[in-house]
Amino acid sequence: MQFTRRQFVKIAGGGLAGTSLAALGFSPERALAEVRQFKLAHTTETRNTCPYCSVACGVILYTLGDRAKNARSEVIHIEGDPDNPVNRGTLCPKGASLLDFVRSPNRVLFPEYRAPGASEFKRVSWDWAFDRMARLMKDDRDKNFVAKNASGTTVNRWATVGLLGGCACSNEVGYLTNKVARAMGMTAVENQARI
Amino acid sequence: MTNHWVDIKNADVVLVMGGNPAEAHPCGFKWVVEAKIKNKARLVVVDPRFNRTASVADVYTPIRSGTDIAFTGGVINYLLSKDKIQHEYVRSFTNAPFLVKEGYRFEDGLFSGYDAGKRTYDRSTWAYELDKDGHARVDMTMQDPRCVLQLLKKHYSRYTPEKVSEITGVAKEKFLQICEIIASTSAPDRTMTHLYALGWTQHTVGSQNIRSMAMIQLLLGNMGMPGGGVNALRGHSNVQGYTDLGLLWHLLPGYLGVPLEKDETLAKYMEARTPKPLRPGQMNYWGNFPKFMVSLLKAWYGPAATKENDFAYALLPKADRAYDMVSIGELMAQGKMSGLICQGHNPLASLPDKTKTSAALSKLKWLVSIDPLATETSVFWQNHGEYNDVDPSKIQTEVFRLPAVTFAEDEGSFTNSGRTLQWHYPATEPPGEAKSDSEIMAQLYRRVRALYEKEGGAVPEPILQLHWPYRNAGDPSVQEIAKEYNGYALADVVDPKDHTKVLAKAGEQLATFAHLRDDGSTAAGCWIYTGAFTEKGNMTARRDPSDPSGLGATLNWGFAWPVNRRVLYNRASADPSGKPWGPKHRYVSWNGKAWAGPDVPDFAPTSAPQEGVSPFIMQPEGVGRLFALDKMAEGPFPEHYEPVESPVDKNALHATKSNPVARIYKDDKERLGTSAEFPYVGTTYRLTEHYHYWTKNVPLLATLQPQLFVEIGEGLAAKKGIKNGDRVEVRSKRGKITAVAMVTKRIQTLKVAGKEVDTVGIPLHYGFVSVAKKGHLTNTLPPVVGDANAQTPEYKAFLVDVQKISGPGQV
Repeated sequence: MQFTRRQFVKIAGGGLAGTSLAALGFSPERALAEVRQFKLAHTTETRNTCPYCSVACGVILYTLGDRAKNARSEVIHIEGDPDNPVNRGTLCPKGASLLDFVRSPNRVLFPEYRAPGASEFKRVSWDWAFDRMARLMKDDRDKNFVAKNASGTTVNRWATVGLLGGCACSNEVGYLTNKVARAMGMTAVENQARI
Repeated sequence: MTNHWVDIKNADVVLVMGGNPAEAHPCGFKWVVEAKIKNKARLVVVDPRFNRTASVADVYTPIRSGTDIAFTGGVINYLLSKDKIQHEYVRSFTNAPFLVKEGYRFEDGLFSGYDAGKRTYDRSTWAYELDKDGHARVDMTMQDPRCVLQLLKKHYSRYTPEKVSEITGVAKEKFLQICEIIASTSAPDRTMTHLYALGWTQHTVGSQNIRSMAMIQLLLGNMGMPGGGVNALRGHSNVQGYTDLGLLWHLLPGYLGVPLEKDETLAKYMEARTPKPLRPGQMNYWGNFPKFMVSLLKAWYGPAATKENDFAYALLPKADRAYDMVSIGELMAQGKMSGLICQGHNPLASLPDKTKTSAALSKLKWLVSIDPLATETSVFWQNHGEYNDVDPSKIQTEVFRLPAVTFAEDEGSFTNSGRTLQWHYPATEPPGEAKSDSEIMAQLYRRVRALYEKEGGAVPEPILQLHWPYRNAGDPSVQEIAKEYNGYALADVVDPKDHTKVLAKAGEQLATFAHLRDDGSTAAGCWIYTGAFTEKGNMTARRDPSDPSGLGATLNWGFAWPVNRRVLYNRASADPSGKPWGPKHRYVSWNGKAWAGPDVPDFAPTSAPQEGVSPFIMQPEGVGRLFALDKMAEGPFPEHYEPVESPVDKNALHATKSNPVARIYKDDKERLGTSAEFPYVGTTYRLTEHYHYWTKNVPLLATLQPQLFVEIGEGLAAKKGIKNGDRVEVRSKRGKITAVAMVTKRIQTLKVAGKEVDTVGIPLHYGFVSVAKKGHLTNTLPPVVGDANAQTPEYKAFLVDVQKISGPGQV
């Protein structure tokens, strides 16, 4: 059944029969199409950068929610940033499906711990995880720290724990990570650049 | 990249060799298409596989993987023997006229100074002939048989078109056609850009592949030009940033080398890294090394770093050996590592020889995975049938899996391949209990520190004296961190020529690394990023895309290091007298008073051309190096060596078959195969629809490319009775994977030295933690052997065998 917008208004205004028709799905196509235009009307736009390859395409994230402190927001749409001089609004298949990455079913949501020999993770608190890791780090550093080498040179090295940095973390994370790692005395500090 | 993404549009020729940007960097590749449409540029693609970049090329040739230097060496020979070089550029801007020291030799595949027992070189003869002032001697006629140009001619005269074809499998006519296109850019008003990625780095001669192209670009006069350069298309969104920030064992932030055991004092450390000019009057910018280093120590150790205590230099760790990724794998396998912290890193999938990596991780006492996604590494101890056949009860490693944020929940900057830092903002809250990576690192530090404060322990000073000035010590803000790596003045910084002129007041953010000092009056955590967060605010967050010159230098968009420069070496875009080389590629030139143009000049702004300062200011001799001196492990000129696992029996050029200084550990050597047992070349790569090992967890992309397949040429498929859709097994000496066979015309059988060589193409991307179909980790197959300079594993050329298991749809 095809209606013009004018006819639809007439029918809908005609009483119960008309509104029931509309409720059953016999609504005019054009009216529905107009409603779809407002999908992003109440979202907040955030400028961001695609986290995959180093073209670093500009992206705009559309978030539902007004950033109220006690309300959870949700990213509902991601598209290319037309202002970005490199990608000029375009995205590749990976960039175009970033929403599925943000919402991936395989995201880790809670700290987890696997005990020696165990066949499963168990959920733990952040506090417990941080304290346990700090204890393991300190004990190993105390045991394996090399203050001086055989010829008496101060070398202040802790070579038995490695740190592999993540190349999709921001510069601020990278800088702080390196500062902390070297302060602890780590020499085995790497990232994906070499592989 | 020496240049940047948008600049590709300025090229007359685009050479893609060692990368596949149409599939791996699709939105950057648009600038290649732009060059083709607007500039009538010719696109040349040299790749083992007819990929999507090749599908829009003007000229394409397949090449046997791992033989690129035979090809580029042949190009150098062509340019020199046909006299297709940019003469004035080569004479004035490269070390072609420089004389090389007596004693330098090249014989039978080896340079002078080789020690076969240690598999290293004594590089002392790879040097210039110096005069009594310590300056290099030159012969500006370039006729002296010991000048670089003559040695270069001699070295590459062996790389004839016939030899190139015999080694690489490239048809001679095709090779010559490509040489002609490349050579067309020796004209001063034509440029070629070269684009490469891991197709060039992941070889035992990876660094030399890239050097060979840098040499070609110098010979053609294409360095420093818009539409020119040697452009690494980097793989991760912030791998450039992580490299700049020194998250590599051998680096501190800003490419300052890590202290080694022999660098006992700050003076010794700096002396070894602060060069003296090798020609009179050169800028020798690395001569400023002490300013960069002292400013770093002030940023890290704050008030604890004083002139009296060598700015706390002793607190920095001194390395006793290499700790690259491959070495970390080896140390773990030997049981010498206790713990490993993986921040957004999946080494079980990304290191070569998964069987070895699995055994290595099992020897750790503890492992931490900080990642937004579940990774194979985080569950390396879980049994996943044939994909990860381990017994959890036998693995005693404690594992922590910590949820991190994705880009969508995070704030900060990424540095793109063109060295531009761009700021991004969070769009939503982290899901569940996920935290930012910076908070996680800060918490680990604060808690370890608290234990040292309470209990004491082994040398607590480096931890206790670390400068930690953040308002919330447990979760520093990204702005505070960005301000710190940019740098700030601790006392007034004055102009050295006029002490009444204050360049930066105490407490102010620094505008440029030219304001850094070596007396402790400035702090800067990463000198090349100085200028990113100044008194004017966060320069990486700028969003004005205007491009007044039309050449793509959008100076008000983000911030590019160094000092917002978009094309490196751009002084060389003008001739020695300071005039543009031609009307078409006007960029930076001398206007009578200063250097000017649409970009930030890569030069002292008011140094007149007649002062004779050469354009490559980071080099102590001021010119580009055709002869690499002692900087490369294999020798000053790139030489063709076969991959460590090669399908041919010998090197067609000399008796040294593979890279004589490539490092290989004993246990890995025993895991190398021979061409008798594994006759085909295996090579790995990315697909457009996937990104490393993340996107198998993205439902839409898992739908587009649901499972592991391998590409097999029609010739090989016929030989092995494999049909499209069959299930096949691919084996190397290290292990085996199973996959669906895709029989294709895209990979051809090559004729190499009278022998047929077939290649099997193997995408990455799949694994056993996956929304897509579970699969084997591709890196089960490659060997653990790396490039002798960077230790990048040889993922692009190794030996495999392939056979059919079952028909389509069967398992």
